Amino acid sequence: MIGFLFSLVAVLVLVGIALVGVGGLGLKVLFGVIIPYAAVLTFFAGLVYRVVDWARSPVPFRIPTTCGQEKSLAWIKPNKIDNPCSTGAVVLRMVLEVLTFRSLFRNMKLDYREGPKIRYSSEKFLWLFAIMFHWAFLVVIIRHMRFFTEPIALWLQTLEHLDGFMEVNLASFGVGLPTIQLSGLVLLGGVTLLLLRRIVIPTVRYISLAADWFPLFLITGICLTGILARYVVRVDVVKVKEMAMGLATFHPVVPDGISVWFYIHFFLVCVLFAYFPFSKLMHLAGVFLSPTRNLVNNSRAVRHVNPWSYPVKTHDYHEYEDDFREQMVEAGLPVEKTLEEAEAEKTAKETPAAPETQETEEKREE
Amino acid sequence: MDTKPEFKPGNFLYAGKASALETVGLPNPRDWSPTDDDWQLPADWKGIVHEGMAERLQRFRSFKLFMDVCVRCGACADKCHFFIGSGDPKNMPVLRAELIRSIYRGEFKTAGKILGKLAGGRKLTEDVIKEWFYYFFQCTECRRCSVFCPYGIDTAEITIIAREILNLIGCNIDWIASPVANCFMTGNHLGLKPHTFKENVEYLLDDIEEYVGVRIEPTFNRKGAEILFVTPSGDVFAEPGIFTFMGYLMLFDHIGLDYTWSTYASEGGNFGFFTSHEMMKRLNAKMYAEAKRLGVKWILGGECGHMWRVVHQYMNTLNGPADFLEQPISPLTGTRFENAAATKMVHITEFTADLIKNNKLKLDPSQNDHIIPTFHDSCNTSRGMGLLEEPRYVLNNVCNNFVDMAPQVIRENTFCCGSGSGLNAGEYLEMRLRGGLPRANAVKRVHEDHGVNMLSCVCAIDRAVFPALMDYWVPEVGVCGVSELVANALVMEGQGEREYNLRGEENPSYKPPAEDEASAEAGEEGEE
Amino acid sequence: MHPTERAEPTGAIKMKLKTLLAKHKTALVARWVDSIVETYPPETAKFLKNKKDQFQNPVGHTIVAETKNLFDQVLEGVDREKATPFLDRIIRVRAIQEFTPSQALSFVFSMKYIIREIVGPEIDTEALDQELVDLEASLDFMALVAFDIYMSCREQVLDIRAKEVQQNAYLLLRRANLLVEKPGPRPEDS
Repeated sequence: MIGFLFSLVAVLVLVGIALVGVGGLGLKVLFGVIIPYAAVLTFFAGLVYRVVDWARSPVPFRIPTTCGQEKSLAWIKPNKIDNPCSTGAVVLRMVLEVLTFRSLFRNMKLDYREGPKIRYSSEKFLWLFAIMFHWAFLVVIIRHMRFFTEPIALWLQTLEHLDGFMEVNLASFGVGLPTIQLSGLVLLGGVTLLLLRRIVIPTVRYISLAADWFPLFLITGICLTGILARYVVRVDVVKVKEMAMGLATFHPVVPDGISVWFYIHFFLVCVLFAYFPFSKLMHLAGVFLSPTRNLVNNSRAVRHVNPWSYPVKTHDYHEYEDDFREQMVEAGLPVEKTLEEAEAEKTAKETPAAPETQETEEKREE
Repeated sequence: MDTKPEFKPGNFLYAGKASALETVGLPNPRDWSPTDDDWQLPADWKGIVHEGMAERLQRFRSFKLFMDVCVRCGACADKCHFFIGSGDPKNMPVLRAELIRSIYRGEFKTAGKILGKLAGGRKLTEDVIKEWFYYFFQCTECRRCSVFCPYGIDTAEITIIAREILNLIGCNIDWIASPVANCFMTGNHLGLKPHTFKENVEYLLDDIEEYVGVRIEPTFNRKGAEILFVTPSGDVFAEPGIFTFMGYLMLFDHIGLDYTWSTYASEGGNFGFFTSHEMMKRLNAKMYAEAKRLGVKWILGGECGHMWRVVHQYMNTLNGPADFLEQPISPLTGTRFENAAATKMVHITEFTADLIKNNKLKLDPSQNDHIIPTFHDSCNTSRGMGLLEEPRYVLNNVCNNFVDMAPQVIRENTFCCGSGSGLNAGEYLEMRLRGGLPRANAVKRVHEDHGVNMLSCVCAIDRAVFPALMDYWVPEVGVCGVSELVANALVMEGQGEREYNLRGEENPSYKPPAEDEASAEAGEEGEE
Repeated sequence: MHPTERAEPTGAIKMKLKTLLAKHKTALVARWVDSIVETYPPETAKFLKNKKDQFQNPVGHTIVAETKNLFDQVLEGVDREKATPFLDRIIRVRAIQEFTPSQALSFVFSMKYIIREIVGPEIDTEALDQELVDLEASLDFMALVAFDIYMSCREQVLDIRAKEVQQNAYLLLRRANLLVEKPGPRPEDS
């Protein structure tokens, strides 16, 4: 539980830093320009560093986890996705893994109960929450591109339109509330559910570390402050966009009159960016590199080369025959050298005695 | 993560003997026991482990990535047969990996070095080594967790590397170290010398002659044979493996295959795989070396789980390229085994399925009518190869009553026998009964629902350990290799009355023939 | 008569108590399941209770199914023949897990406390003390049967261990004429 508390406190402290930094000390340039650039730089540099670092370790063996029939005899139907037999199949396997979390989904398929009652187990929730969370996160990130582009691309507008599902309904109240964006709510829901799951299920709680709690709290914080800034505090979107465009075009400006809540939100996002490459969040890139998923299962058809392979000491046939020649001859087994040849060679070379062999529980010696 | 394991009889494996380690030149040979307070680790053991980890992080992307990307989502938590059967939470795959991941953080990562436990890191101590020994020799490298992991994190891979590191400081188990030493010197795990191997086979040939009425004359170490056949040595002496072995002998005789046995490469299994990648290579080298010396065209491999993981995913990389061999073509059917084009080794079940498909076998499946078999997918052939349909096709053609177990416990979801990866030692029986519980439980269900009375498999370790598992959990269910059932159904040329099966038991499915053909019993039938 | 030699089932418990227990069956069985499951670490306990798939959670599934059957036995009066298979399925698992014999079998006795805990007040108000004594006697009998089963499981483990050694070196032993029993007819061996 120490990890839980530490992470919660850490995120609260981060909120405090932004609150004091901007609200109290007015360090707008620091929080609006310097930290964001540093965070983004850290993010990209770190991301590249980590991926390169992984890639520097080779894949010495071809070890895909096969989850279906291999391609063997012509008349046996192979399972191309779960036991990929070509690069195309691997791509499909990876696409399904990355976009639909196929391996997690496998859990759902497997939950098998007696009787007609349908109940949901923790694994189903895991897949559902994970899908909710990741897809909503993606939409939210894409949606935020509106701040950094001018003019706003048509597809982005379409996405926003689709996302803003309650537009009409709310407008009819005449409150003038900004369009409710579905993705933000789903993201908040997803992260909350993932958090609750980690708290409620004892096995998952048991395996959780600070590194698991911290990103969850951080993202919760980002969601909450984002929603707060948009719907409650109603930060000046035009000024925010001005600032964002400044950052994007490398002509940073810090307009006045942007609420401190925006800065808190922005700071937490920066922390997430900077933290990302050094955390488990790197699974985003790691999943593409996983040797049990991204390799073709064709190691018997095509030779896979191990770059650091080195010669090893073996006990070759000739040493073996030297150890047992007499018994082999007696048993009528063919030999490379007859006893006489071997004897002659031995006296010529004065070879040392053969190494002792492991005697086993063999009972009869005739 | 903090409770220390308690070594109690039945829950730990005996330590590797000094003599075995010396034979193959493994470090720190000594006689010791896991129950000792002092494990007599080398003076600089910490440095060795640290360096060993660093080296492997550089050599294996799998290891490095799996140390970094786990998000502890818990999808794997209840997938391990040892967790399910023992209830020990540290058997959750994620925690098995955390045993070494915590050291990775504490010793290699800045955050872990500074924040320690808070960042999930800890320092390397002797207790950590004891814990590793306990839990990494409590993983059968079955890869079931890997199927469910969203990033494909494979605990088998982590266990393989952890054991490799443990071996650097001389912490191995007897049941792995001794077979490795035996295999290195004599070519097989039990240390059968060449003449003994041959005599054992001859003994089985006598049995075949007695029960089937056919005299088979195989060859050993014969140069110029078309095919070299390699199978696990357990099948040459252990029950019920020997009946599978008799099955091979009969099948090859039935089709007149030009093949030979080797006493030098007389082990398909590879306990080096459970020691280190290097040891795997050292033991595996014999197969290609012998194939080359004998001048065969290609290699046929018998029923074995981890042997096939090694052959399928490692052999050609380790000891290839096998350019002195030819692409396997079945001499009976002309089928080219495209999937074995480079490694040039074919699985017996692939080979047999192809024979059956092309009507090359004379079969009488009614000989197996008293048997209601189910099939246990071996972890390695299902999750490290994908051999799922072939054995089922063969079974359905040699038996009339094949029944599969529930879908969530077969094929890629198969449950381990609980004794794989070198854990099949006698002293470990209690733990094995725990690990084997999920599998046995599924067998029990088909036994109760469909009267299943035989658990068939394509793995020598399965054959060695399932009898005990069945005895305890599902009495009345026997164990056999698929090739034994094939042999039961084979109508051998010149065979006598098949009143007895290969086990020398009366065959309940035997039907006395009509008068005319009955006189041809015990005919002299030479090879081919 | 020695309690373990009881050939007849323990007498069915009297009507009043039986009705009372039957009324609280769900709660009693649930508590009984908990008491067994709680002998495992908490992380495991939750898994054993929540995962309903009989194949992926054989231990939990067995505990839930068999406690129900055993409870019915308690109501009907414990019959050695009838109770054995139910007890066997639970004990067979616990006999090879990391439990001492007393830990493995304590669950039978815990039913006594569970009954007192859940229906104790009603037993008091309805003055069913004597009936409760009878009931506890039949639980004691169940415990004795459980002990027999536990021992037979342990003995079986020893037997299997010995047998396995033979099987693993079967042919070598047979060739050396060291097998105690030879399967099948082998005239030339004898």
